[in-house]
Amino acid sequence: MDDAQVLRAGVLPGPSPSVRLRRRAWRGSLQGSEFTWAVAFLIPYAALFLAFVAYPVAYGLWLGHKPALYAELVSEPIYQRTVVNTVLYVAIGVNLKMFGALLLSGFFMRRRWWVRGLLLVYVLPWAMPALPAFVSIHWMLNGQWGLLNNILWNIFGIDGPGWLETSRWLALGSVIASHIWKWMPFWTVILLAGRMSIPQELYEAADVDGATGLRRFLHVTFPLLANLYLICTLLSTIFTLGDFNSVYFVSGGGPALSTHVLATLGIRDAFEIGRPDLGVAAVMSALPLMVPLVILLMRKLRTTEVQL
Amino acid sequence: MTAPSIDGKLVGRRPNYRLRRSLTEAAALALAVVVLIWTLVPIYNIVIVALEPHGDVFTNDIWPANPSLESFWIVVTEGYWYLEHFWHQFGNSLYVGVATVILTLVIGSLASFSIGRIRIRYGWLVSNAALLTYVIPASFLAIPFYRIMHIYGLSNNLWSVIAAEVTFATPYAIFIFQQYGVSIPIELDEAARIDGASPIQIYFRIYLPLMAPALVAVGTYALLLAWNEYLYQFLLLSSKSSMTVPVALAQFLNSDEAPWNYMMATAIVYALPPVAIYYAFRGRMTAGLVMGGVKG
Repeated sequence: MDDAQVLRAGVLPGPSPSVRLRRRAWRGSLQGSEFTWAVAFLIPYAALFLAFVAYPVAYGLWLGHKPALYAELVSEPIYQRTVVNTVLYVAIGVNLKMFGALLLSGFFMRRRWWVRGLLLVYVLPWAMPALPAFVSIHWMLNGQWGLLNNILWNIFGIDGPGWLETSRWLALGSVIASHIWKWMPFWTVILLAGRMSIPQELYEAADVDGATGLRRFLHVTFPLLANLYLICTLLSTIFTLGDFNSVYFVSGGGPALSTHVLATLGIRDAFEIGRPDLGVAAVMSALPLMVPLVILLMRKLRTTEVQL
Repeated sequence: MTAPSIDGKLVGRRPNYRLRRSLTEAAALALAVVVLIWTLVPIYNIVIVALEPHGDVFTNDIWPANPSLESFWIVVTEGYWYLEHFWHQFGNSLYVGVATVILTLVIGSLASFSIGRIRIRYGWLVSNAALLTYVIPASFLAIPFYRIMHIYGLSNNLWSVIAAEVTFATPYAIFIFQQYGVSIPIELDEAARIDGASPIQIYFRIYLPLMAPALVAVGTYALLLAWNEYLYQFLLLSSKSSMTVPVALAQFLNSDEAPWNYMMATAIVYALPPVAIYYAFRGRMTAGLVMGGVKG
């Protein structure tokens, strides 16, 4: 008999009430051996979290804790440009991507064999690893030998620009387009699954009431999809803020370091220039944007979980 | 003909309706063509460059003049100095992937069993910590992570990459396992407990078998994450013998002569396994992500 059972049976005088209370607070209604098992089952994850999340986070905070670092960072022209790029990249990239995904998920609801076939092809950018995809786009956008300019020249007779080599805005636009190309299929599939779980009766009822087309979307589909759309947009904003591959492989931060975003600038400062503290500071300067998003998202995810 | 007004109205409406239907159909078809071109151009690019013989990469053609499989043969036989360890690196990638899957499933299922089934108090703290890790972008943690791995003495070791991938895959695993676990009645556990089963017996005999679909979904996710991830592998692995395929592939970019056709052929060989796995497990990949969000 372990002591918890003994205590409950009241056979022996137990430890002082305060100890008992404290122990009950920790164990809840669990009996002794079960509590031990529950803790033992949690140990691997707790160890993983402490060693590879908590420690690096604390270490990062310590590396970037000096205010002087931020003064140095803000005074750099590269950093200022990077902040503008990051804001543009996230604002344009996420909204175009999510809106496109919302529209295309409606298109993929059509019951035609060729629409289903197209969906299989359409998810290919998401299914393939990021690196080959972006490396291919990088070469495709080469001003002299790239496929895109070859197509423009051979079919339309237009002499295309050097997409990644000449102007900051062309390069940034290319990066945003590549990001959308890679990630829109994923969000389309998510929103498609969301649309499919809307009960068909609602549409039938709307049909009887004479709602078609746009009104059907505004009054039936969108109100039901809004929560999912918001969660997806928040999640996508955070992921896009941390997106390293698109910029690193498509434009490489060029031309002349003008298209870096915070994620790539941090890595550049830390590993190419050898200033890890500056790199951490660059990444940390995204926190004022990150933290509210994360709090909002956690709240949304938790309430959604409850409703499941 | 007895009621011409009604008849006339009906006859008058029908062609209009048909016209509108075929117009929508045409618009849908046009959209389909645009989506198809948008999706396929970069993929077409990767294929044609891979099919070009060495030296033909710098052309202005939009299809290869003399397509050949030479580049693939070079990759498979490791016939170029950048590719001399290709199969070894492929093995490294596979090793990282399999180890990540096993560890993610073990750690994730144990933790969610403890939180969701034994219902340990303050378990929500753990699942919140996991959720928080899930939403923190990995690239933001890369710099301190790299330093920490040096402190642990794991630099240039495949296990440092495995640790990183498991760290980022497990939160998702816990999230999905908890969502899925709700659908398994807790009465099963209680009945087993009354019959004298210990938690570890319940875990192995009841929990794991019933969780099989979620295990498959999360396992696929972890495998693809580990196989596709680039940044941590690039930062943590530096020697040719410890490199994984994506790191070796990105090395091409730094070379002066840039053998683009070999690079694209390598990229295709590297991309084929995850694409095949993706199409095989397609239905299960998104299930957990929707999370009944429309119900709100």
